Amino acid sequence: MAAEMTVQEVKRHVRVYLMVFGALLVLTLVTVLVSYLDMSLAPALAVALFIAIIKASLVALYFMHLISERQVIYWVLVLAAAFLVGMFALFISSLLDQAEVAVMLMGAGVA
Amino acid sequence: MADHHAAPHEAHAEHKAGFWRTYWFSTDHKVIGIQYGITALAFLLFGFILMLLMRWQLASPGVEIPFLGALTPEMYNQFGAMHGTIMVFLGIVPLAVGAFGNYVVPLQIGAIDMAFPRLNMASYHFFFWGGVVMLASFFVPQGAAKAGWTSYPPLADIETMGQTMWLWGMVLLITSSLLGAINFITTIVQLRTEGMTYFRMPFFVWAQFVTAFLLLLAFPPLEAAGFLQLADRLLDTSFFLPSGLVTADGPLDVSGGGSPLLWQHLFWFLAHPEVYVLILPAMGIVAEVLANNTRKPLWGFRLMVYSLIFLGIMSFIVWAHHMFITGMGTAISAFFQVTTMIISIPSVIILSALIITLRGGSIRFTVPMLFALGFLPMFGIGGLTGLPLGLAPTDIPLHDTYYVIGHFHYVVAPGTILALFAGIYYWFPKMTGRTLNDTLGKVHFWGTIISMNCIFFPMLIQGLAGVSRRLFDGGLAYSFSEPVLEYNMFMSIAAAALFVFQVPFIVNLIMSLRKDRNVKKANYWDATTLDWSATPLTPVAHGNFETVPHVYRDPYEYSVPGSGVPFLSQDMAPQDDGPSEATIEVVA
Amino acid sequence: MQIPYEVTPRPDTGVNNAKLGIWLFLASEVMLFGGLFAAYVFLRMGADAWPGMETFDTHVMATRADQILSVPLATLNTVILIASSVTMVLSWAALKMNNFKQFRLQMGLTILLALGFLVVKAFEYGDKFSHGVAPETSNFLGIYFVLTGLHAVHVTGGILVNAYFWGPGAKMWTQGSVRAKAHFTNRIEVAGLYWHFVDLVWIFLFPMIYLI
Repeated sequence: MAAEMTVQEVKRHVRVYLMVFGALLVLTLVTVLVSYLDMSLAPALAVALFIAIIKASLVALYFMHLISERQVIYWVLVLAAAFLVGMFALFISSLLDQAEVAVMLMGAGVA
Repeated sequence: MADHHAAPHEAHAEHKAGFWRTYWFSTDHKVIGIQYGITALAFLLFGFILMLLMRWQLASPGVEIPFLGALTPEMYNQFGAMHGTIMVFLGIVPLAVGAFGNYVVPLQIGAIDMAFPRLNMASYHFFFWGGVVMLASFFVPQGAAKAGWTSYPPLADIETMGQTMWLWGMVLLITSSLLGAINFITTIVQLRTEGMTYFRMPFFVWAQFVTAFLLLLAFPPLEAAGFLQLADRLLDTSFFLPSGLVTADGPLDVSGGGSPLLWQHLFWFLAHPEVYVLILPAMGIVAEVLANNTRKPLWGFRLMVYSLIFLGIMSFIVWAHHMFITGMGTAISAFFQVTTMIISIPSVIILSALIITLRGGSIRFTVPMLFALGFLPMFGIGGLTGLPLGLAPTDIPLHDTYYVIGHFHYVVAPGTILALFAGIYYWFPKMTGRTLNDTLGKVHFWGTIISMNCIFFPMLIQGLAGVSRRLFDGGLAYSFSEPVLEYNMFMSIAAAALFVFQVPFIVNLIMSLRKDRNVKKANYWDATTLDWSATPLTPVAHGNFETVPHVYRDPYEYSVPGSGVPFLSQDMAPQDDGPSEATIEVVA
Repeated sequence: MQIPYEVTPRPDTGVNNAKLGIWLFLASEVMLFGGLFAAYVFLRMGADAWPGMETFDTHVMATRADQILSVPLATLNTVILIASSVTMVLSWAALKMNNFKQFRLQMGLTILLALGFLVVKAFEYGDKFSHGVAPETSNFLGIYFVLTGLHAVHVTGGILVNAYFWGPGAKMWTQGSVRAKAHFTNRIEVAGLYWHFVDLVWIFLFPMIYLI
């Protein structure tokens, strides 16, 4: 975030914050309502994750000012995100690679 | 960069702080570094003594130890688990990162202190109390943790109270490391002095930089695992307990459905990068000492830095090579074998670059140089013996044998510890203002390296013969270990010899208190880096420099042809063209 | 002795020390909660049945998380936490506009909302215990308690930090120089970054634990 901002700029920011607030409330409502549709696990997970990622992006971009942040911060986050994704990918694939788990998940209609 | 010109020596003018403020709750990175150093050396000694007691038992099973009596299997297991924990988390990491990192990094980048001095103090105190909790666990009913330093469940889940203490101790140590890592990265990114671009940072700083990222991002999953194991132990959950588990006391009364493998994944997600946390600072120290004593620049400096970064990133995706025997599927096993083979490449590049650096140098065989030279082949053996463990077909028969013990001790004992000794001998004159005796240093070096090899090489042979690790009797009960059983006595004698050869080191430290050992010269080793060239004669005050140095050149400009001087320190201004324009390269 | 770039950003990186420090801390927090989420995925994928326990009223095997957990209470908490994130960022904006009264108001609201979150959480936990279930009942409840518990610890930490800045810490603004005021504003921004992160964790926690 730039160090110096005029009062007008801050006021404009405040309007954005309130709009983001509204969007977050709507998305919360949507994700709860969708969960009552009784979808099977895979699509339900996809929808819930999709909405959560949008909400999280709104918070990170606007409340945490990531939209106008410096490169050094992005690098730190990219690194953390990459390792996080790697961890999930390898945890899940190591499970799927065990035959009995894969068969079980197949039975449950997930994989 | 106006901030940088703030007079760093204002500290002198402040009213004199009391004893506690000066030595125990200090915010000066140099004092904190020395605090870390002393505490870590004490823990190293303690961990070593635990091992000596175990080696006594292995050499002569059941024979009573003077003053202590015969070791029981429970005690043996406690000593084994705590030896590993103490050496890794309370000895080497605090010494390599906490002590040398804290003391040297701000000096080498021209910073007046760490970015967050009070956080730095907090890191030390978290570490200290983590150590106290670990030590205190020896005195609770049934003693300290005895499920190995890896604390594998289900065993660790149903272990005695010492295991809970171990987990709380780890939470404190992890907190300490995380705060330290945040501080190091911020310091290196934000407080480099004018002209100190990333590629002008000495290799040691680079090593600490990458290490800090490993600590920052690999430790939290272990903390998560620690919380889960604490829940298993204190709230009777069964995250790591499968259904239908039966112990000597009958079936376990838990809901089950958990997975012991989950712990192994989370644990090794940390513990493999941790291996590089142990080795990278050591490589950094060796690089500094080598450049300084060969009187020439490091060969392939940029290549070494790129290798370091690549090593750091790769270290996050190789962890499951510790888990080949867990019934892992073939595809995922192949993935981890490939990444493991790939990660050996940057290590080999760094080691080769260090060896090539020696070529054509006029080497000064100082004591730190001897230790640094000792590191090279020892780390080489450690690395090469690791290759068979990175491939599943050879790992499966070797897993959990003494071969593994031999391999990783070659990396961390004759490897990292020799490098840490090199660091102690190298920076001692700056830290204390006193010099160490050369003859005692040489006795210490030769005694240490020879006895270490006599301890660890036979382990490789025993392991190939199939002797399992963690055996209370050292393999006595198994007929197949008979041909290699006699090595046990030999290794134990070598361990005792190693202990004896630490005496000259301790004597050397004590003798340096003598007044005639004063250092007369601020740049004792004629070094190019700011830690020597820009700091005043010890004692260096809080604030480090009389005037904050500017950096004009690369880190290791020794014996530059045509310069007319033996070396050009980083803060030496070019003579004809005046103060250089090339100060901060914008990296943002 | 003055550490450089405590208040003003370093020209080439564009950030001050605290800003970089807090983001590094948050990166490690990502890995901490990420580790727990990975554990959750691992346990759930490997489980025979999920949630793997009986419902409270009909005593049949539950098929959905919301048969055991209270979605209305969790939705309420989601709204509370999002609202507190908004008041937090408004308190920072108030300082930027040099309006200390507005800062006190918004920061006070943030703290009250956070306390409200913990109260709702306590009712939720109490409801579970009153049905005679605990973390040990099933791995589903176990991971629910550990994840939400660790999150609640983070909320508590945030309350302590914010309360400090609302009360004694605000001296830096009321009695300070222009530089100290800038420093205080930075501190609120940094505390805000932490607080938004706590909100962000909940944004994932809520659907993953309660809804899926």
